[in-house]
Amino acid sequence: MHDIAKKALAAALRTGVSYADVRLVDERHRTLTTKNGRVGRVASQESLGVGIRVLADGCWGFAATDDCGKEGIEAAGRLAVEIARASALARIHKVELADEPPVRMSWTSPCAQDPFEVSVETQLTLLLSCDEELRREKGVTLSETSMEINRTRQIFLNSEGSDIDQRRTTTGAGFTAYSFGAHEIQKRSYPNSFGGQYQLKGWELVEELKLRENAARVASEAVALHSAVQCPEKTGHLILDSSQLGLQIHESIGHPIELDRVLGSEANYAGMSFLTLDKLNHLRYGSEIVNAVCDARLDHGPGLGTFAYDDEGVAAQRVDIIRDGQFRGYMSSRETAAAIGQTRSSGTMRASGWNRIPLIRMTNVSLEPGAQSLEEVFGGVDEAVYMETNKSWSIDDKRYNFQFGCEIAWEIKNGNRGRMLKNPTYSGISTEFWNSCQAIADRRHWILWGVPNCGKGQPEQVMGTGHGASPSRFAGIKIGGGHQG
Amino acid sequence: MDLELLPRARCTEILETARKEAAAHGVTDVEVTVVAGSEALTRFANNGIHQNVDERSRHVSIRCMQDRRTARAATNRMDADSIRRAVSDSISILRVQQPEEQLPALLEPQATVDREVHRWTESVARCSPAARATLVREAIDLARQSGLTAAGILSTSETVEALLSSTGLFCYHPQTMATFSITAMDDDSSGWAKESSTDLAALDVRALARRAVEKAVRSRHPQELPPGAYTVILEPAAVLDLAGQMFPDFSGTSMEDQHSFLTGRLGEKLFGENISITDDVFHPLQAGPAFDGEGMPRQRLTLVDKGVAVEVVWSRIAAARNSKRPTGHGLPLPNEAGELPLNLVIAGGDSTVEKMIASTTRGILVTRLWYIREVEPFAKLMTGMTRDGTFLIQGGEVTTGVRNFRFNQGIVDMLGKVEALGEPVRASGEETFDMVCPAMKVSEFNFSEVTKF
Repeated sequence: MHDIAKKALAAALRTGVSYADVRLVDERHRTLTTKNGRVGRVASQESLGVGIRVLADGCWGFAATDDCGKEGIEAAGRLAVEIARASALARIHKVELADEPPVRMSWTSPCAQDPFEVSVETQLTLLLSCDEELRREKGVTLSETSMEINRTRQIFLNSEGSDIDQRRTTTGAGFTAYSFGAHEIQKRSYPNSFGGQYQLKGWELVEELKLRENAARVASEAVALHSAVQCPEKTGHLILDSSQLGLQIHESIGHPIELDRVLGSEANYAGMSFLTLDKLNHLRYGSEIVNAVCDARLDHGPGLGTFAYDDEGVAAQRVDIIRDGQFRGYMSSRETAAAIGQTRSSGTMRASGWNRIPLIRMTNVSLEPGAQSLEEVFGGVDEAVYMETNKSWSIDDKRYNFQFGCEIAWEIKNGNRGRMLKNPTYSGISTEFWNSCQAIADRRHWILWGVPNCGKGQPEQVMGTGHGASPSRFAGIKIGGGHQG
Repeated sequence: MDLELLPRARCTEILETARKEAAAHGVTDVEVTVVAGSEALTRFANNGIHQNVDERSRHVSIRCMQDRRTARAATNRMDADSIRRAVSDSISILRVQQPEEQLPALLEPQATVDREVHRWTESVARCSPAARATLVREAIDLARQSGLTAAGILSTSETVEALLSSTGLFCYHPQTMATFSITAMDDDSSGWAKESSTDLAALDVRALARRAVEKAVRSRHPQELPPGAYTVILEPAAVLDLAGQMFPDFSGTSMEDQHSFLTGRLGEKLFGENISITDDVFHPLQAGPAFDGEGMPRQRLTLVDKGVAVEVVWSRIAAARNSKRPTGHGLPLPNEAGELPLNLVIAGGDSTVEKMIASTTRGILVTRLWYIREVEPFAKLMTGMTRDGTFLIQGGEVTTGVRNFRFNQGIVDMLGKVEALGEPVRASGEETFDMVCPAMKVSEFNFSEVTKF
C-alpha cells in the first residue's frame, strides 16, 4: 500500500504546487440486522481508494479515485491540480497553513477480540436471541437489532515529509422494541438509539453491553409507555441520562465550536455558529461546574473520535472547550488556526473515506464528570423530570434554539422515581441551558457514547463522534412543549 | 446508450466472472449491480471558492442466492480476484442463514424500461472545473454587488447503474445531475435558493443567485414575532422538506411492521380534497432509473387521491407475504426496509406564491425549513426551524423579515389545511431527496418558539 501512496504523492507534486497530501484508505465493513425474528441484512463491503489534496495558486484542489493503477493515480494528480487552479478564478486570499512538524509513525487502535474473526453465525445468533427476547413481551409489534463492524487502514503522506500509517477498528450493536397502539407508536432502544453503542473496540464491546440481559426490560418499557401519563408541559428541573446528555453536548457544544462553521465555510448547508470570534475567552457558556473538552487521545477513552493523528497529520490533542463555565477553545484545522492567528491546529480534521476531503469534525467532545453522587443529582431538588434515550433532535443553523425528545421519562420526587411519562420533550437556548446546570454525577457514572451518524459538508460526510457524559441536572427548563404541538 | 464510464460489455464480463465463481461453489443464482460515477463539486463561502473536489468511483455489489437464502457482498475493486472474493463472501454468509420462504427467485428479463427515460446530458457530463468556477464567480459577483456575502455549491455528476443477473436480466441507466445552491448573507439576514436538473443548461445560476440576494436584502433588520398559529406560505423547498418526511410510510413493509402512520388508515380521507400524490418515475422533472433494486419496472402509482390515502408501494418479497402485486419500488435485497417511493409528484393548483401573498391578511412566507425531525410517528408530528428568508405578510404584501421560528406541526394535520397550491416544480432541499411539488398556503401552522436571529 505504501507504494501506491508514494506514487499518488509524486503525481500530486507538479509545478506550482506548494503543498500536497494523500490518504490511501483501505476499509472493510460488515453489517448485520434482524427484524421480527428474521435476518434483515447481512452484508460485507470493502473499499480501497486514494484522495489527493493539493494547494496550487493558493487554492485547494482535491481529486479521489479508486483506480489505484499508475494511470488512475496520474489522472487524479493532474485533476487535483487543475481543480486548484480553477478555484483560483474565485479566490479571495491565499490559503496559509499553521506549521506542523513532519512525523513518521504507525498506530493500531486497541482491539481485544477481532470482530471480523467472530463468525457471522455467532453474531447472528446473538442478534436473533435478542430479537426473540424482545418479542416475548406481549404488545411488542416490531423488534429490530443491528451490528456494525468496521476496520480502516489509512496511509497519510504529505509533501512536508509526514508518513502515518493508522489502523482503527470500531464496533457497534443494539436493538429497539416498538409497540403500536390504537393511535400511537412507542419505542425503547438499548443501549442507545441510532443502533446502540459504538466504540473504538472489537467484539469485547458487544460482550460488555449485555444485550440479551437487557432485552426483556426494554421491551416491557416500550409497551408500558402506552399506559403512561403524557409528559406535562411546564418549566422545571430536568435530569438527563448520560446518552441523551451526550447528544445535547454534540449539538449545543460540539457543532458550535467547529471553527470552519464559525468562519462561514458551512453557511450554505450545516450553518454557522453563535460562537463568533469575539466570544472566545469572554463568553460564560455554562455554570461554574461545567467543564468540557475535545479530546482525541486514547487516554480519554476508546471513542469514535479517538485516533493518533488526524487526517492532516496533526497529533491527537486534548483541548479545553469550557473551563469553569467559560468558553476557552475551538476545534480547528491547520488552515483555520492560521486564519485566526493561532500557532497550531487542534487536530480535528477528519474525512469519512478516501473519496472525501478532511473537514473539522468532532473527535470526542465530552462533559467532564462532576463532583456529585448520583443520589445528589436526583435528590438535590423536590421535583424533577428524568429523561432517557434520545428520540428526536433539532437545533437551528446557528446552534441557539434546540428541541429534544426522549423515548421515556419519569417523575422524580425527593430523589425517588415516580410515574412513568411518555412523549417527553424539552427545549431551550444553548448557553441558557448550560448555565442552568446544577449538578453533574461523578466519574463512576460517566460513559463515552458513540454517535455514528453525524452529517456535515458537501458532498455530505457521515462521521462517528464520541461524547462522554454522566447524568446531570438542569434548572428552569421548558419541558413538554414539543408534543403539545 | 453505452457510456465509456461503464460499458455494457464490461458489466457482462463482471457477471460472467461472478457466475463462474458462484458455480464453483455450487450456486447458480447470481445478481450483480455495478455503479460507476464521477461527481465534482465546487463549494464557495465568504465570496470565494474554498473547497473544490472530484471523485471517480466504481462499485460492484454481488448477491448470491441458494435454497431461499441470500446475502450480499460488495467491493470497489474491479479485478477478477476481488469479484471472485465478493462472490465467495456472499456465499459463505448466505449459508449460515435460515431459509426465507417468501424470498423471490431472481427476475427473468423484463419488458425493457431503461429506454423510456433519458436522463444523461452532455452539458453536465463535460462540465470542467473552470466552467464551474466561472459560473460560481458570476453568482458571487451578484451577491457582492449588493454588499452581501455568498456561500453555496455547484455540483455536476455523471453515473451509470447496471443491474444484471444469471437469469438474463440486464438493466442499464446512465444519468447526469447538476445542482446549484446559494445562500446570500448580510449582518442580520440571509436568503437562499437551490435547484437541480439533469441538464446544466436548464439551471439558471444567475436567476437563483438573484433570488437569494433579493431575499437577503428584503429580510434585513428582522422583527421578532410571538410564536403561535399562523397562516404560512411554504415555498416548494419547504413543502418538499416537510411533506417528504412522510413518504417512507407509504411502504407495504412499513404497514406490515405497523410502523407507518397509514396503519389501519389506508382508504381513509386523511388530507384535504386538494391533495393528490403520485409516484411517477416517468414525470419529465423526475430523475432516477425506471427499474427498482431487483430490476422490476417501476410503475406509476397513485398514493393519495383527492385526500384519500389509496395505495402504498410493494417490493416483491413484501407483496408475496401480503398477497399484493409488486409495484417496482423494491430496495436491493436483502434489506429490512422493503421498498420506498422515490419519484414523488405532489399535484399542484392554479395559484402562485404571488397570488397567495396577495390573498393573505396576515401570515408568514417561508423559504426553507431546516433540521426536521419526527416527534411522534403516528401523527407525523415534526419539529424543525425556518431558515434563510422568513417574512411577515400583512395586507397582502411582504412587509418585513422576521426572526426564525421553531415549528411543531403534524404533517397529516397540515395537509388537511392547505388553502392554495401553486404549479409543481422540481424542488430541491436538504432534508429529503428531490421531488416534484408545489408551493402551498396553509392555515394554522404551529410555530412554537422563536430563536435569536
